[in-house]
Amino acid sequence: MTLNTFIDLVYLLAAIGFILALKGLSSPKHARNGNLLGAAAAAVAVGFTFAYPSVRAHTLNLVLTLVAMVIGAAIAVPAARKVKMTAMPQMVAIFNGVGGGAAALISVVVFLIQAPGKPAVYRIAEVLFGVLVGCVSFSGSAIAFAKLQELMTGRPVTYPAQQVINAVVGVAIVSLAIGTLVTGSVPLLVATALLSLVLGVIFVLPIGGADVPVLISLLNSFTGLAVAASGFTLNNNLLIIAGTLVGASGILLTRIMSKAMGRSLANVLFSAFGSVVTATGGADGAGETRTVKTGTPEDIGVLLAYARKVVIIPGYGLAVAQAQHTARELADLLMERGVEVFYAIHPVAGRMPGHMNVLLAEANVPYEELKEMDEANPEMATTDVALVVGANDTVNPAAKNTPGSPIYGMPIINADEAEHIVFLKRSMRPGFAGIDNDLLFDDKTTLLFGDAKDTLAKLVAAVRDA
Amino acid sequence: MSTGILEFLTVFILAGFVGIEVISAVPSILHTPLMSGSNAIHGIVLVGTILIMGDAHGAVQITLCFLAVLLATLNIVGGFVVTDRMLEMFKPKPAERPAKASDTSNDDAAGGAK
Repeated sequence: MTLNTFIDLVYLLAAIGFILALKGLSSPKHARNGNLLGAAAAAVAVGFTFAYPSVRAHTLNLVLTLVAMVIGAAIAVPAARKVKMTAMPQMVAIFNGVGGGAAALISVVVFLIQAPGKPAVYRIAEVLFGVLVGCVSFSGSAIAFAKLQELMTGRPVTYPAQQVINAVVGVAIVSLAIGTLVTGSVPLLVATALLSLVLGVIFVLPIGGADVPVLISLLNSFTGLAVAASGFTLNNNLLIIAGTLVGASGILLTRIMSKAMGRSLANVLFSAFGSVVTATGGADGAGETRTVKTGTPEDIGVLLAYARKVVIIPGYGLAVAQAQHTARELADLLMERGVEVFYAIHPVAGRMPGHMNVLLAEANVPYEELKEMDEANPEMATTDVALVVGANDTVNPAAKNTPGSPIYGMPIINADEAEHIVFLKRSMRPGFAGIDNDLLFDDKTTLLFGDAKDTLAKLVAAVRDA
Repeated sequence: MSTGILEFLTVFILAGFVGIEVISAVPSILHTPLMSGSNAIHGIVLVGTILIMGDAHGAVQITLCFLAVLLATLNIVGGFVVTDRMLEMFKPKPAERPAKASDTSNDDAAGGAK
């Protein structure tokens, strides 16, 4: 067996490792081992790559490779270890973006190496695909990161002549790509790469709010496809398999997520949600003048302490306040008093689908106390108190009752069916989607303003005294 | 078109079906780890960057390759570490819990989770 065949065999094993890793990740029991298996497969594949004589042919190149890997690991490990669980979505976005950037760079360098002669057209097409998709993923992820990290507004950004500008950039990229295909010219390829970076930015800018996580999933899938394209360019099956696995599963995951929000993927990507929202908000008009009922922590503490069944509905506000531990403390206290307590988790609670489960798992809330929406909703009608902590859109009855609303059709947790509803909110500001919530003005509803962690701590004290 | 490309296309198509198949039944509680885990897997682009660095000549190519290796390392290392941290929290918990969890900082709680 030649060395090359042997390395290919190692790559095949790594590819199997990745498939098993993905499979493991889809069940809670095997997820962690799956991920470790994936990491091991990756480490072995990377290690054996150094067995290629070409990789070790030039000392300078080899040293630079190792230096870059050391620097990369030195940055990535602390960043990944220290990131707060609430900041997870933007962390995934940035790691995804750099992967897309790396794939695009591979394609560019391959093209530069072959530059003097004109490669076959399908070769150029592979390079173009890698460059275009990789660049869009890179710059798009960077903007998504900035939005989630609140370096810029998280709301959809719209500007005059948006459609026209998009069309111009789109047509320019297509023309440049065709030009590159025909001529094999390096400057044209570089221009395509730069314009693709612009495309990534203008593609992501109008997507905002609750749609950003869906977008990250889509960009993740894009990076996978860009990596697969690099695999074609380098004649490397491992990159093709790993990239395609992620590309295909990412697109499916993106669709599952948009479905959980009751919308089509096209609607998520191209509707500029926020602009529609302000329009409907204005039409409602009356919103400003309606009054809400606020309560003291003591009142609400008594209400909770003497309830039979309390459902806690957490949202992103709980996450930003790092209040998951305090929420658990309150739940434990109520359970000690014999109150039935569970958490109702909306599939898109938090800033990423499944995000809330991660956060509550961090606070050691046992599985059995977490109920998914479909499981929780039949119980809402017999619930005494629905305690909504930092959530808003996921309990907004407009999703059921107001056909004109932008969130109409999104499945919600039926907090409105409970006997009492208590909202812990920072302010009257609308939620992620930017729409008023009629439930806040309902007679059954009591509001307690403040940081979720503070107000929960006050409730804990109040329940103790009750 | 050579037969080489056809072989790679075959692999591509089959891998696509496998990708869809393996995650078609994923529960929503695992969407975040799954996204993060698949993000780590495409970090294997690192292999490609190492290979292409071996063929690079001249300052421009080598600089671009250096950047590519750096970015790919960030992707693969960061991706797997972050996913592992997330999944650590999904480990099965002991049936009985301490009555009062100390409300420590995020990192400590994560590290100390059983």
